[in-house]
Amino acid sequence: MDSPGSPPAALTLRNVTKRFDGASGRVTALEDISIDVREGEFLVLVGPSGCGKSTLLSLLAGLELPDEGEIRLAEAPVRGPGRDRLVMFQQDALFPWLNVLENVMFGLRLKPGLSDDERRESARHYLNLVGLGLKEKARPHELSGGMRQRVALARALAPNPRVLLMDEPFSALDALTRDQIYGDIQAIFTKRRKTIVLVTHNIREAVCLGDRVVLLSPNPGRVREVFEVDLPRPRRINDPALAEVAARITESLSSHLAGGSVE
Amino acid sequence: MRLPRLFIPFMLAALLLGGWEWAVRSGRADELLFPSPSHVLEWCWEGLLSGELLSATVVTVRRLALGFVIGGLVGIPLGALCARVRWINDTVGVIALGLQTLPSVCWVPLALLWFGPEESAVVFVVVMGTLWAVVATVRESVLNVQPLYLRAAQTMGSGGVHLWMNVVLPAALPGIISGLKQGWAFAWRSLMAAEIFVVILSGFGLGSLLHAGRELLRMDQVMGVMGVIMLVGFLADLAFFAPAERWLRRSRGLER
Repeated sequence: MDSPGSPPAALTLRNVTKRFDGASGRVTALEDISIDVREGEFLVLVGPSGCGKSTLLSLLAGLELPDEGEIRLAEAPVRGPGRDRLVMFQQDALFPWLNVLENVMFGLRLKPGLSDDERRESARHYLNLVGLGLKEKARPHELSGGMRQRVALARALAPNPRVLLMDEPFSALDALTRDQIYGDIQAIFTKRRKTIVLVTHNIREAVCLGDRVVLLSPNPGRVREVFEVDLPRPRRINDPALAEVAARITESLSSHLAGGSVE
Repeated sequence: MRLPRLFIPFMLAALLLGGWEWAVRSGRADELLFPSPSHVLEWCWEGLLSGELLSATVVTVRRLALGFVIGGLVGIPLGALCARVRWINDTVGVIALGLQTLPSVCWVPLALLWFGPEESAVVFVVVMGTLWAVVATVRESVLNVQPLYLRAAQTMGSGGVHLWMNVVLPAALPGIISGLKQGWAFAWRSLMAAEIFVVILSGFGLGSLLHAGRELLRMDQVMGVMGVIMLVGFLADLAFFAPAERWLRRSRGLER
């Protein structure tokens, strides 16, 4: 996948395999995955449930370790969680005992070499960026689901990680809020060119946000196909050109599921 | 028109006490076995004037507070360690489970031998009552901390002591407070049992006063002491546990 002249890889996965001990014996969740995530790229992992895409994200985050193969972040092997790869989870995972500003400051407090004022200022900057500058004193439970995910986004962006990992963070939001957040994420992405890996089962979402879409197939999780999306940004989820690309991916997925289901 | 919130409990108390007073005065209940509320109040008043009641309350509350604080200070870290460290759970955790089922008044004979008829013996019994209840509840609440919080904190670079102080303990706080509340209830039970069971020469507590009432066949004294015990428990809840729980529920959106 690495052609000469392409930008350097931020994250490299080489022949990654992960197995779990389930109730019905050993299950291979991911098999022989090799992907290069380029610096400043928005990569989307998409696939049906059970294809191991969330597991893959946990591996990238370092919350779990692969059984075989290797993951490298800019040449350094990933051996555990680290501030250089922050995660947005499916549920916002905001701490209910902290207010919004304190939540955003949580990661910043662990970052050395900053004064408390700098941390507060930085947290406010990111809260403004996600449009919640006025809510800094609120408690998480006082916010809507969409606002909470925005705070989680600010919390993940604030320590300025090298890579942002997103594990289906929009799946629990209503369609309207979701469309709004797609716009925000794209605006932030074009402005800061952060390397982002998003996991989703929503193919349209994948095409709307990603530079590349990696389609995974289940049992065991393998890379099925990789799609380049070169639509101009900002993309609208209802754009017919976008729907066309999404249809192609859906077709590839369903043909695989229909043809290859010798289970 | 809305009635004030205390109206119903107040009316209920008035009705019960009034009925009771009437039953005794009209001769339907034996005054000796079942003294009227006015008699009980009279005893309380006299006890208050003579200083007897107040000094017994002070002795009891001091023992209670000392035993409870020791039990809590030891129990919280011990329970938390049980939840996270395998070998501590396999040793202390198992012992805690066993001792929790043992009514702590069973410790009285040993405590008297070990410490002599001293304050330390009673406090020891109270600690034995509080400690294991706190250990068990705190262990449970630390085990129930949502893994998602831990994962989120770890990806942000938290770990070790920082993770403990900033994530595990705040997340487990509701459980820790209910553990302390339970520990408080057990402290009372242990202390009353101990004070009724043996007279400790170093101080004459409410339990001893209650026991003396029985020996003197002074049921007004027995009931008066029971009332004071309930009152102290109620005040402790009002002053400490209820505000802590309300603050917790409000700040986490469980109550408006």
